[in-house]
This record gives sequence, structure tokens and C-alpha cells, in this order.
Amino acid sequence: MSQEKKRPSLRNQKIRKNHIKTRLVVFVILAAGLLLTAVFAQQLCPYDPNVQDASISLQPPSAAHPAGTDRFGRDMLSRILVGLQTSVLATLSLVLIITLVGTVLGVLCGYYEGVLDSVVMRISDVCLAFPGLVFALAIAALLNGGLHNAVLALAVISWPKYARIARSQTLAQKSTNYIDAAKLAGNSSGQIIVKHILPNCAGPILVTSMLDIGTMLMELAGLSFLGLGAQPPTAELGNMMSGGRSMLQTYPWVILGPGIAIFIVVVIFNLLGDTVRDYLDPRNSRRK
Amino acid sequence: MKKYILKRLLQLIPILLVITFLSFGMMRLAGSDAVLQKMENTGMIVSQEVMDKARAELGLDKPFLTQYFVWLGNLLHGDMGTSYISGKAVFPAFISKLPATLLLTVVSIALTIIISIPLGVLAAVKQNRFTDYLIRAASFLGNSMPNFFVALLLMYFFAIRVKMFPVIASEVSMESVALPSLTLALAMSAKYLRQVRATVLDELSKDYVVGAKARGVRFSVTLYKSVLKACLVTIITLLTLSIGSLLGGTAIVESIFLWDGVGKLAVDAINMRDYPMIQAYVMWMAIIYVCVNLITDLSYRILDPRIRLGGEKA
Repeated sequence: MSQEKKRPSLRNQKIRKNHIKTRLVVFVILAAGLLLTAVFAQQLCPYDPNVQDASISLQPPSAAHPAGTDRFGRDMLSRILVGLQTSVLATLSLVLIITLVGTVLGVLCGYYEGVLDSVVMRISDVCLAFPGLVFALAIAALLNGGLHNAVLALAVISWPKYARIARSQTLAQKSTNYIDAAKLAGNSSGQIIVKHILPNCAGPILVTSMLDIGTMLMELAGLSFLGLGAQPPTAELGNMMSGGRSMLQTYPWVILGPGIAIFIVVVIFNLLGDTVRDYLDPRNSRRK
Repeated sequence: MKKYILKRLLQLIPILLVITFLSFGMMRLAGSDAVLQKMENTGMIVSQEVMDKARAELGLDKPFLTQYFVWLGNLLHGDMGTSYISGKAVFPAFISKLPATLLLTVVSIALTIIISIPLGVLAAVKQNRFTDYLIRAASFLGNSMPNFFVALLLMYFFAIRVKMFPVIASEVSMESVALPSLTLALAMSAKYLRQVRATVLDELSKDYVVGAKARGVRFSVTLYKSVLKACLVTIITLLTLSIGSLLGGTAIVESIFLWDGVGKLAVDAINMRDYPMIQAYVMWMAIIYVCVNLITDLSYRILDPRIRLGGEKA
């Protein structure tokens, strides 16, 4: 009975698969739209995000300033757009760095094992033994803050996850017959890694990194909120909220605007990540 | 069991050495030492010779490893150096703030349990029905908000609009712990609710549940007596894993609510580049984290006979 439950009919599987495909298309479009907004933020700004005008400081949202103005009279919408650019691009580069570093190290460890494997895995043990955000706080403080250093601090604590996934995938692939066959056919290690092992690691790694975008964006904004990320003249969603903290009582839009922006970005990337995971999940595939 | 505990305690020694070494090394990497810092703070410009002499007095001219062992020796006596800013000893200052943070952590974990377990179980039992979708949607939204935003929203609605709780925690009390701990608990619950749901679903699909049903055991009895018990280990693992992010999260939440704990102390120290204080914070957080992990591992063996019996055979 439970067998039937787990395997829906071919028709249902097909419907589900199509449903996931539709979701995937919708969320990819949303994420692409978001990325375009981030990249072309400067062009989309209604006002210059850094021009101060004391005569219009702390105005509530209006037709002229849809998200209000901050305490220096800067247009909040423009600042949110530029802040979005800073946050999203920094987060994407962070995720890219940890994915690449983690995957390369993990695959090499899994494939060659030996000394390299022990050394890298012990280092990752140490990274995992520290409570993540505390460690990131300390590293960011040590490097004297700044957006680049915040990215670096988060990268230092986050790569081991990817290394472990890539390593375990590689170890699983290495013991299969087709890899032996590929070796017998005279392929070099490099060829095997690039042609066979990497494509087989790609799925789980991709899902992890997609789901990490939201988390990393929030952690990066958190570091900025504490003053360890982007520094004030630069608009970044986290430090904008930190700057408006004291105005929560009387001018809540100064906080709400950037907060909602973070929320929307994280929702879109989380939905996309969930969908990619469902899409790549073999249980939802018709072939199996 | 005794042998196992002893083994784990011995394993703790290298981990603690690595933690202390990293904490010490990090501070050295900062490229600033007590002498330089003191000079900057007082604004006095002194000659290189005076600085060298002061360094020699403090033992800062010795090799790195020697300094580390001297520092480690002092550490064992509870001496973690003095703060660059206040000039007071770091260790007592740190310890005096620790209870407030521990209270916040414990209340947050309790709230997380109260929120996430019943909702997670409910969502699993009502799988793919309206209740399930509602709970999952709530958890999804909760997952997509950074904790400082949640903190500010809670502050706005519950302290400014409805004056139910104090805006800032001027004292450590049950009333002022409510909002900071709720902030932390909401974020964690959103995360763990899903996992509790998945674990319970997994457990519900096992044959013994069908068996119990066939024997006419009421579903609620199976759920409470067997399923929940079996899920306990996973739930505890999740809670332990959350300690790491919780300890980091307290830093942000404490500084927003001005909760007078070690998190706020650390953020203040970070802003003023008070390295001995940062060092103490990182080291103690790591030690607490490692100890909590150890206690969890030990509790598995008491809670789960499968691990206990399997472990002793090997």
C-alpha cells in the first residue's frame, strides 16, 4: 500500500512535473527581473540616492517620493534600489565564491583523498566547530569591517558545507563502474573530474547555493546592520536599517522600506531555490 | 558509557587547544598590540624605545608561540587580559554579563519548542490540507526575514503601537526578555517547524504506525507515545544545531533591544576595536558551543537505545 502511495501514477507524475516547470519559469523570470533591477539600479532611480536636501527630510511616502525620504532628505526609493544593488551583487559574489572554492576543494579531496583530504577536512571541522555567525563577527571585526571584508568573513565560515557535499558526491561517484570504465579507456584524472564527476555533483551543489542566497543576503545585511559591512555613505539594505533605527517610533518608513526590500529579495530567491530542488529531485522525474 | 564519556572528554582537549589558539592568533593578526592601542587611546606619542621597553615588559617581544603559552597559562588562572577601552580585567566583565545572555538563550529555546513542535506535528498530521499549507506558508515567510527586521517589527507593534512591552530592556526581567526572545524564537521556529514536520511525516510512514492502526490503537496514542518519542533525537539535534546561530543572533538582537548581555558587550567591543574583549567573546562562545554539542551527543545515548546499544558493540 505504501508503495503505491509513494509512486503516483505516470499521469500524476507528469502533471506534477509540468506544475514544477511552470513554477520554475515564473520564479526564474522574477529572479531575473530582480537581478536586472539590481544591475540597472542607477538608471532606475528617480533621484540621485546621495543628494541631500534638508528641506524635505523625513517626509512620509508621497507621489513624489513613493518610499518617503530619510533624515538627510534623500529619496528612500532611490536609496533602496541602490542598496538592493549593493546587497544583491555582494551576496551573489559571496555565494559564487563559496560554491566554487567549496566544490573544487571537495571534489579534489574526494578524488585524490590522502593528505590533502585530511588537511582540508580538519580545517572544515574547525570551521564547523565554531558557531558560524560569532566567528564571522570576529573575522569581520578583525578585518576592520567594510563590505569586502564582511563577504570574506562569511566566505571563510561557509565554504565547508559545499566542500562536504562535493566530497561525498565525488566519493560516491568514484566507486561506480563507469568511472572505472572511463579510467580503463585511458581518460586522465582531469578529464574524469571535469566530464563525469563535476556534472554529477552539480545538482546538489546548485540547490544548496540557490537556497543559500537568501540566508547569505540576510547574514550580510546583519553584519552591515552591526556596522561591520558596507559603510554609511554607501547605500546597503542592512546599514540603511541600522541608520534609521532611532527613527522607528516616529518615521517607520525609513526602516520598513529597506526591510521589505530584503524580505522580497529573500522570498524570491528562496522560492526559486525550493523549486530548483523540486525540479532536480529524481522522485519528481518521469524517467525513474 | 563511562568509557565513552571519558573518550569524548579527552577529544575535547585538542578542540579547546585549537579554539584558544585561533582566538589568540586572530588577535595577533589584527596587527595591533596593547602598547600601540594604549598609545592611540591616550593620544600620547612616544618614542620607539619607550614602546619597545613597554613591549618587553609585557612580553610582546617574545616569539609568537611563547606568547601563546604564556597567555594560555594566564587563561587557566582566569586572566584574559585587560580591556583596551575601560582598562578593567576582561574576564570578570564578561562573566558578569553571561547570565543575561543565558537567560535570553534559554527562554528563546523554550519558546522555539513551544511554537515549532506542536505546529510541526500538526502540519504533518494534516499533510497537504489547508492547515498544513497555512503553517508552511507562515514558516516560509518567517524564514525570509532577517532577525533584525523581525526585532524592529516586533518593537514597532508591541512596544510602540501597543505599549505591551518595554522598548528597551532597561533591566533583566521576564517582561523585558519577551521581545528579544520572541525575535530569536520566531526565526528558529520557522526553520525547525519544517524539519519537525518532515521528521514526523517520515516516522508516520513507517510500518509500525500501520501496525498500531491495524491493532486498533487510537491514532493519538500512537502519535504521542511512539511517533513523538522516535522524533525526539532529531528534534534535539536540530535544537543543538540552532545554538550556533542563536549565539550569533543574540549579538544582533541584544544590541537592538539594548539587552545587557555578552552579545551587546561584543558588538560594543567590536565597534571600539577592543580586541581582548572580542577575543574573550569568541573563545567563550566557541567553548559553550562545543560543550553543548558534547552534552547533546551524550544525551542521545540516554534517549535513543539504538545509538546506545550500537555504540557499545563497536
